[in-house]
Amino acid sequence: MKHRGTIVFAAGVLTALGAGWAGFPRVIYQTHQQPVDFSHQIHADKAGSKCDDCHAFRADGTFAGVPSLDKCSGCHAAAMGSTVAEKNFIDRYVTPQREPAWLVYARQPENVYFSHITHVKRGNLKCEKCHGNQGTSNTLPPFQQDRISGYSRDIWGHAGRPAMTMDACVACHRQSHLEHSCLDCHK
Amino acid sequence: MIAESKKTPAARYGMSIDVDRCNGCGSCMVACAVENNIPPATAGATDRTGLTWIRVFRIDNGAEGAERRSAFVPVLCQHCGKDAPCVSVCPQQAVDVDPATGIVGQMPERCLGCRYCMAACPYHARYFNWWDPAWPAGMEKTLNPDVSPRMRGVVEKCNFCHGRWHAAKTKAVANGKTEIDPADYIPACVEACPSGAIHFGNLNDAATETAQGARLPNSFRMLESLGTDPKIYYQSKKNWVREISSAPRPAVGKEKARG
Repeated sequence: MKHRGTIVFAAGVLTALGAGWAGFPRVIYQTHQQPVDFSHQIHADKAGSKCDDCHAFRADGTFAGVPSLDKCSGCHAAAMGSTVAEKNFIDRYVTPQREPAWLVYARQPENVYFSHITHVKRGNLKCEKCHGNQGTSNTLPPFQQDRISGYSRDIWGHAGRPAMTMDACVACHRQSHLEHSCLDCHK
Repeated sequence: MIAESKKTPAARYGMSIDVDRCNGCGSCMVACAVENNIPPATAGATDRTGLTWIRVFRIDNGAEGAERRSAFVPVLCQHCGKDAPCVSVCPQQAVDVDPATGIVGQMPERCLGCRYCMAACPYHARYFNWWDPAWPAGMEKTLNPDVSPRMRGVVEKCNFCHGRWHAAKTKAVANGKTEIDPADYIPACVEACPSGAIHFGNLNDAATETAQGARLPNSFRMLESLGTDPKIYYQSKKNWVREISSAPRPAVGKEKARG
């Protein structure tokens, strides 16, 4: 067995790689499902919704984020379609007036200050720039929560970026010459 | 967007404090602590180890008996110019001077707690967290969500209520304006001062009361000879009060206040 050492070495490398690539994320991330099986695509196509129909700014400029149940109940007081997902949503949340416990992919640490309106209105950024093109997504991806930090593994939808990191914010600000001080984005 | 921000001239926020109007009540210290989530003093905390971003010092003219006169001087971070001593000594780049506002910012998450900045600061305006912040049960509900609390082992200081600047800026953008309305951005200490001793505003805008106060003949800055270019201007009609501007320490006595 001339190549025995090589084979054992290769097997060891493969085992370690497998454990690292496939096993480690399962250990470090806990996967949760969103409470409601929601399709952005159906809302965009059938109801003609735009992003800001539901994800709106308040009068003082703050961003309301995920809409509250009132917004959903406005249309879904009774079933509008025939899907199981909609029936479940109405039975579990709309009828008992219970807010779904949405898991927010973009949740940031408490020392981060982020103003949506500054980016959207003054920076003229499209929602897709950071969130990906959610109008065409049919399901909500599972929420992978870092067991140590408690934050989501991904800010959902953005291709090629593992998470909403400070590096990503700084890269864009630096490119636009809008990088002034730490307290621009921290509080 | 970039062109727009280049058109907007940089602000230089500062204060003009009338020492003759300050009666030493300490409202500014309380309002600051509430606004900026500064915890109540831990048992055993002293003037040196407690936390307060603004401290009212008591000074006197050194005379005895009927001739003795006292004055009160609120001292906070003096928001030095671009050569702030705390910035150049920080090994973590946890302190910076915002070129857009002139505010000296402290980043507690970057701070490693070496306290070089406290040694470098000629104004004793920086404070170290010797203990974990703790609030009495129920009081955590009164915390300000616009300011993140600091942890044990880091330095903190006044940042001109930066959370209020963020709120004012968001409001300006919502209203389609490029600049914030000065009425929307007033630090807590200025708002709380019952005798109107503190004015806050953009020193680059000659029309503000702050800029006018800074140009008064009675106006002085602390330890101006050090060349730190502070943005807190004091004023007093009394010579012996103005002399503190060149004293090695800003005070001979301290209020018996917490922290």
